[in-house]
Amino acid sequence: MRPRRLGDIIFRAGTLGLALSVLAITGTVAAVLLLQSRLAREAFGWSFLWTSTWDPVALRFGALPFIDGTLMTTFLALALAVPVGLGAAVCLAELLPLRVADGLTFLIELLVAVPSVVYGLVGVFVLVPAMRSVETAVQNALGFIPLFSGPIYGVGLLTASVLLAVMVVPFIIAVSREVLLAVPQTQREAALALGATRWEMVRHVVLPYARSGILGSIFLALARALGETMAVTMVIGNRPEISASLFAPAYTMAAVLANEFTEATDDVYLAALVEIGLVLFAITLVVNAIARLLIGRVQRSPSAAA
Amino acid sequence: MTPIPGSYRRRRIVEGVMFTAAGLATATSVGVLLFLLGYIAVHGVAALSLSFFTNLPAPVGEPGGGMANAIVGSAKILLVAALVGVPIGFLGGVYLAEYGRGSVAFWVRYAADVLNGVPSIVIGITVYALLVRPLGHFSTFAGGVALGLMMIPVALRATEEFLRLVPDSLREAALALGAPTWVTIMRVVIPAGIRGIVTGLLLALARVAGETAPLLFTALNNRFWSPGWRAPTASLPVMIFTYAIAPYDDWHRQAWAGGLVLLMLVLGLNVLARVLMRGGAVRSAG
Repeated sequence: MRPRRLGDIIFRAGTLGLALSVLAITGTVAAVLLLQSRLAREAFGWSFLWTSTWDPVALRFGALPFIDGTLMTTFLALALAVPVGLGAAVCLAELLPLRVADGLTFLIELLVAVPSVVYGLVGVFVLVPAMRSVETAVQNALGFIPLFSGPIYGVGLLTASVLLAVMVVPFIIAVSREVLLAVPQTQREAALALGATRWEMVRHVVLPYARSGILGSIFLALARALGETMAVTMVIGNRPEISASLFAPAYTMAAVLANEFTEATDDVYLAALVEIGLVLFAITLVVNAIARLLIGRVQRSPSAAA
Repeated sequence: MTPIPGSYRRRRIVEGVMFTAAGLATATSVGVLLFLLGYIAVHGVAALSLSFFTNLPAPVGEPGGGMANAIVGSAKILLVAALVGVPIGFLGGVYLAEYGRGSVAFWVRYAADVLNGVPSIVIGITVYALLVRPLGHFSTFAGGVALGLMMIPVALRATEEFLRLVPDSLREAALALGAPTWVTIMRVVIPAGIRGIVTGLLLALARVAGETAPLLFTALNNRFWSPGWRAPTASLPVMIFTYAIAPYDDWHRQAWAGGLVLLMLVLGLNVLARVLMRGGAVRSAG
């Protein structure tokens, strides 16, 4: 064995140090959130999570309206986005000629890169007026249902959900299509040979085979929707109240951070906002972990690319 | 596979309905994309002018304002971001690819995944607590660090992935000629994978170039030129946000112009990255 050279030792130690700094940075993020939220955690305890008073003047803080707003918008957005995203993924993976599908996928992947403030811009000036007319029409027909009651502003829970849906659809398409393409061709051929129509092949063979990967793509979209800040802040109306109506203005965790963080003059106020960040961090941590477990099970095999 | 009930005719009808729905879903997605790009292009081009690139923001009601300070501010922030994100992401990725087999590497990868999933606004809180509050002022530097932290996981994973694609025969050849490991990595392995790595770094930069949330309480905003690195600065994304939610028509027009410029920047970086990849991510042996 040859002697270890000084250059090798230095190079290895140097790159190791930088790799370890990633560990340190992630640890720092968690530590800062824990330490800086201490005041609020001591003052309000666990009830922070299920009380809904948000009063910066009286220094009483409960995060429920924000947690509710985040979960509601995310849930509604996924309810809208998953069928469209999956349908398009099936179409792009199974139906269209590869050349056409690759071109369209390239375009759709560009949508993933569009900055959220740009989505917000279009949301404010196009989606909000459009939603105002749609919501008015729905209310005229079905206004007796609490979900569709109350004054209509255009901004609100439903508008934010629709915008979020538009933002996560490309994400679901891009990941799901990859997963569908990873299903071995032999599986498809076997189904067709048994006399299945192409839809039955998709429904009973391809989708079950790709199930965990598709679920993974949905969880990735979920994580993205949970943490989405700018676009939601611009169209949700920013009112910390829980309402039965989908048309009412609401608030999300990320949005309240964006709006109030620089205005928080009191230490407890600031700590309460940091605690909201901590809750958001914890939720996305769990969701991302699940997504990774699900996607990790699917690998694209070389023969499947056809 | 369970037996499928129904006549053949009926099954074909179901197939037609489902595939039509899938086609409609694709058409909707592509339609939204084209609408989005078209709408921004039309409104943005109408609002763009030379003064947008050369002038400072004007007071409300005064014509001829621009976002020159925001464009320069964004450039400065991205420079700091690259200085933070590229060395850590790139060299950390080299470690993972070339030495990363043990449990240290496992935890580094795990930490990078966690960091990648942290909502951008939470990164903003962290940097606020570490660099803004203790120093007492918002700054270009803090904004750049926030974006730099967000670049790290993307750059790290891209570097690792592309270096792993470099065939071992190249490493063995260099080592057999007597080159030390670090020279092998620097002179043989990295040059072979450089195209993919540069692509990854460009995508990492594109990802953070449009970020607004982490800048809100690190770089803040500024209606004037921001001197040096330690003062609050305007940036394109924050400026678009501020102008879009303000009640003035003129500001709305400026926001569209800003949106178009930002979109072109981000999509341009993405397309450039893809063009680079077209020749293959990694130079093969021989």
